[in-house]
Amino acid sequence: MIDLPKSILEKAEKIFEEKKIPQHKREKILENLKNAYKLYVYEPGEAIGIVSAQSISEPATQMTMRSYHVAGSAGIRVTLGLPRLMEIFDARRTPTTPMMVIYLDKQYQTKEKAREVAARIKEVRIREMVTDDVIDLLNSQLELKIDLKKAVLFNLDKEKIIDNLKKNTKDVTIKSHEDKILVSPKKEDTSIREMQKLKSKILDMHLYGIKGIQQVVVKREGDEWVLNTLGSNVKKVMAVEGVDGARTETNDIHEVAKTLGIEAARFVIIKEASKTLEEQGLEVDIRHIMLVADAMTATGKIQAIGRYGVAGSKGSVLARAAFEETIKHLTAASIRGRKDRFNGAIENVMVGKLVPIGTGMFDLTMKADENEKEENSKSKESK
Amino acid sequence: MKEEIKITDHVIVPKHEILTPDEIKHLLDTYKISINQLPRIAEDDVVVKEIGANVGDVLKITRSSHTAGVTHYYRLVVKE
Repeated sequence: MIDLPKSILEKAEKIFEEKKIPQHKREKILENLKNAYKLYVYEPGEAIGIVSAQSISEPATQMTMRSYHVAGSAGIRVTLGLPRLMEIFDARRTPTTPMMVIYLDKQYQTKEKAREVAARIKEVRIREMVTDDVIDLLNSQLELKIDLKKAVLFNLDKEKIIDNLKKNTKDVTIKSHEDKILVSPKKEDTSIREMQKLKSKILDMHLYGIKGIQQVVVKREGDEWVLNTLGSNVKKVMAVEGVDGARTETNDIHEVAKTLGIEAARFVIIKEASKTLEEQGLEVDIRHIMLVADAMTATGKIQAIGRYGVAGSKGSVLARAAFEETIKHLTAASIRGRKDRFNGAIENVMVGKLVPIGTGMFDLTMKADENEKEENSKSKESK
Repeated sequence: MKEEIKITDHVIVPKHEILTPDEIKHLLDTYKISINQLPRIAEDDVVVKEIGANVGDVLKITRSSHTAGVTHYYRLVVKE
């Protein structure tokens, strides 16, 4: 028996209250509603996967034709449209533009406070504190001129930077000279190439803020101050003072799966996919996307839609062979003597059997034992 | 330093509950399925660790759904 979902019940309740419908009528209406709802539920044996696949891919073909570019818009440029959709369904390790939306605590709802938090989050590398870098080949040392005024903004001074350098480097001596930091390798006669390497390594060194957050934009969204970032690191950002950790969002599906679990990842897949389609002005029923997201997370790990994911882990050999890498699957199956149970749609189409979809899904069976019993008892009665 | 945030407090993490053996039996009987036909969740999933579920447990997940308001989903905890 199918129960009415909560959203419909709530809606019905609201209408009952508005129209002041008496109690005995309400029950009757709910009964009718239930019957009407049942008509809309997919019947057992319906090929919902194929329906979903077509309902998503048809609008996706429109997307490529309608792609456009915005020049010089404020904020952070994101991957949109088909490339982003492919990224989601292929479950790529890292999105091309990892992004976070960070909400702030109540006490931080002013522009100044929001900026303060933003400064705490943005990753600062040594490169940004250095105004001038010179490789002194004569003394084989690296001279870094520090912008002390800028450093103060991030609660840093020269000593702190030197401490940081010492912690993160090996086999170098670090000296301080006026507003410069001198770094020289302990090893004698270092080649120019090694010096160059050392320089870029030091300049890229993490100094302050959260690793991976390249850019932070403070924005007003509704009646709240919100931070948008380029680069993503949920775990660290959630713990930052002033950040409302429970609402921190990211578009990196794998990161969410790792830090918040597979169910949260499913949520993000649905949200990102429907957002991408919506931005392009395409209407895809969210149920199709939900089905895809469920399929992608059914094993407990994120699986891509494709050769190495969902399609590659199908039970039937012939179904896998029909999709991609035919020879690989057929040879592997024949070497190992695999069986095909012909439970799916594709393999049955291939051999021309009845496809287990809709009415083809059911067989007539008869419980022989019970029938015999009944017959026996009947014959006894007649006697 | 700010106090540590629980993963389960995050808005996008739905409620996970461990089912009792009776509830599992009821679930499998209603849908006429075997336990291996349930979707899975890895043993090392952060939420599984947080609520202290073990391999073989079935989790009831109460999702808020865009279409139905609230839906229930079930996952079997498995070794990776």
